[in-house]
Amino acid sequence: MIREALLVSAILFSIGVLGVLTRRNALILFMCVELMLNAVNLSFVALSRLHGVTGQVFVLLVMTVAAAEAAVGLAIVISVFRHYRTVDLGRIRLLRG
Amino acid sequence: MSMSTTASQLIWLVPALPFLGFVANGLLSLVPAWRGERVDRAPSGRRTTVSAIGVGVMLVALALSIWLATSVSGSELSITSSLGQWMTAGAFQVDWALRVDRLSVLMMLVITGVGSLIHVYSVGYMADDAGFARYFAYLNLFVGFMLMLVMGANLPVLFIGWEGVGLASYLLIGFWFGETANAVAGKKAFVVNRIGDFGLLLAMFILFTNLGSLDFDVIARQQGAMATPLVTAICLFMFLGCAGKSAQLPFYVWLPDAMAGPTPVSALIHAATMVTAGIYLIVRNAALFSAAPVASLVIVLVGAFTALWAASVGLKQWDIKKVLAYSTVSQLGYMFVAVGAGAYTAGMFHLVTHAFFKALLFLGAGAVIHSMHRALHDAHRHDDAQDMRNMGGLMRRMPATGALMWIATLAIAGIPPLAGFFSKDAILSAVAERAMESPLAESSLGPIPGRAILWLAYGIGLITAFMTAVYMTRLMRYTFHGRFRSGDDVETAVHDAPWVLRTPLIVLGALTLVGGWLQLPEVLPLGRAGWLADWLAPIASSSGALLAGTSHLSHTSEFVLIGIAIAVSAAGIATAFLLLKPDALTTKAAAPAEHGIGLILANDYFVDTAIARGVVAPIVSTARKVLWRGLDLGLIHSVLVQGSAQVFRVVSSIASRAQGGFAGSYVWAITLGAVALVGIFVLRAGR
Repeated sequence: MIREALLVSAILFSIGVLGVLTRRNALILFMCVELMLNAVNLSFVALSRLHGVTGQVFVLLVMTVAAAEAAVGLAIVISVFRHYRTVDLGRIRLLRG
Repeated sequence: MSMSTTASQLIWLVPALPFLGFVANGLLSLVPAWRGERVDRAPSGRRTTVSAIGVGVMLVALALSIWLATSVSGSELSITSSLGQWMTAGAFQVDWALRVDRLSVLMMLVITGVGSLIHVYSVGYMADDAGFARYFAYLNLFVGFMLMLVMGANLPVLFIGWEGVGLASYLLIGFWFGETANAVAGKKAFVVNRIGDFGLLLAMFILFTNLGSLDFDVIARQQGAMATPLVTAICLFMFLGCAGKSAQLPFYVWLPDAMAGPTPVSALIHAATMVTAGIYLIVRNAALFSAAPVASLVIVLVGAFTALWAASVGLKQWDIKKVLAYSTVSQLGYMFVAVGAGAYTAGMFHLVTHAFFKALLFLGAGAVIHSMHRALHDAHRHDDAQDMRNMGGLMRRMPATGALMWIATLAIAGIPPLAGFFSKDAILSAVAERAMESPLAESSLGPIPGRAILWLAYGIGLITAFMTAVYMTRLMRYTFHGRFRSGDDVETAVHDAPWVLRTPLIVLGALTLVGGWLQLPEVLPLGRAGWLADWLAPIASSSGALLAGTSHLSHTSEFVLIGIAIAVSAAGIATAFLLLKPDALTTKAAAPAEHGIGLILANDYFVDTAIARGVVAPIVSTARKVLWRGLDLGLIHSVLVQGSAQVFRVVSSIASRAQGGFAGSYVWAITLGAVALVGIFVLRAGR
């Protein structure tokens, strides 16, 4: 049972990583990050069967932080869009050294 | 007891008063700049205030010194007063402690007494100077530090005074700093003195490591615990400091240049007081020096050669102040011969009488220069007001100054019954006595027996006495006799010193006349003999006896010594009268070039040139080529400063390419990094 759950988690995480690596749309990127978080959550929950309740507590914490992050992140994305009229990360290069 | 309690409370007032005068006059000297005044001469109201402060503090300090002298004249020999701790380190402790005993009070009387007279004189001499207040502030500062020097109960407090008088001397030599030469002379004095001070510091360090205390009392009590070579080293290092401050070979070069300062300054600092600090230091540490015969012989030798050296140079100087400057160096050499031979009383005696007659000579020369300067200025001439070739026959125009300077000249030449005769005779007979039979004569400096050194010193002393008589008579004849060489219009404009200048001269003249009575030789039935020796007995007699032995000269040999001394002086004066021809002299502008031995003497054996080429030039070129161009520009600037900047520029230009601004590439980096980390952990866990 844990095996399958961890496999699903790994697949979901890899999809998230691939999405972050390949896509340039900030919103999609954002969703991929959420996907990675939830993949981690899934493995936490699965492993809590072996290691006790700590993993589940951690999941709650991650969900809380993820919610906060989503709120802040989306606000940033909206501000960026208002300024540049785009959310294409290929065009936002202010951090260039 | 109550008297000494009051006395110990009032001790601090003596140096504090001049310091107070320094602060007050220093603030007053800032007034013109603060008000934006542009005047050549301070307004008379402010000048009165400045003079009142400057002279007033000196007179009060003099009165206090006299009162303190009466306090230590009885059974109580010293009063010490501590203001509190200065520094403590383990068992080592230094207090802000002043001490008045018979030695320091003697110095205090000379400093405040002669100092007061010179302050009064300065009121007249400096009246036309824009820096009147600044001058008095510096002069008060000097006196304050000098009093600290002689009153300090331990070496560190003395050292503050020692450095402080150096500072005041520097400020006053360069008082007219508008001219580069004066500023350079001040700097030279400071630097040369610092070399000597280094020796004094080393002596203090050795004393500290071996005795754990720098208190004069402790040093005198416990010096026996140190090995003789150690005491010798301490004494020699201390003497290095003395040689710097008191202008002995080879450090005397700053003193002739110090004549760049105003003449009263030369009289006070560079003749009467500061330059005698070295003598004072040796007498203060008599217990140390008398325990180190080798060091004492070195001092005798250096003193004797300095006396001869400077006297010979004085023979060919034309600047009236330069003659007196070399004369001072020479007389200081005499004093060192005395204290080196353990004749501490004789050394102090000559110090006091020299303060009288040399101050008189300098102030008299100042009056001449003042008058000549004004006369030349009024005649719109730019001739040198200090060159004797431009003077002559001034006796007719300045009889009072001339007569007083003749008194001082006869005194320094050693003609009885003037002060200089007695003190010079005291030194010469003390040296002769020790050369005949004393522990010092039995000891030796390397291969040279002490007896030979002492006889040599005695012989040099006589030659120097002869030269002294010659150059002083020469100075007087060229200045005051014969015809005036700078033209009739200037001559009629020369006037004798006004009363404010003349009064100090008269007082000093009187002191020069009677100063010898401080320490009369036993053989002459003139009054109570050996007063100064009795006065200083608690401080110097036991130490002096260590070197002097117990035997005394017979009356016959003392009469012979006195006779020789008088004969030599008289011969010197006669020689100067017979050989010199003031009427054949021409003015400085028309003077023929010197040649032969005259050229060498007139240029002080080319010592300054030699030092400039041999010491200063290599240091400057090393500093310029190695330190500046090589080390600073080559290494520090090019490699370290510019080089490190270059390294960061190159590295950052490469590293900044990694920062492309694409969020994607950052994500790649993060991911690859994370994968790498996980990979490492997995591989490690698998092992």
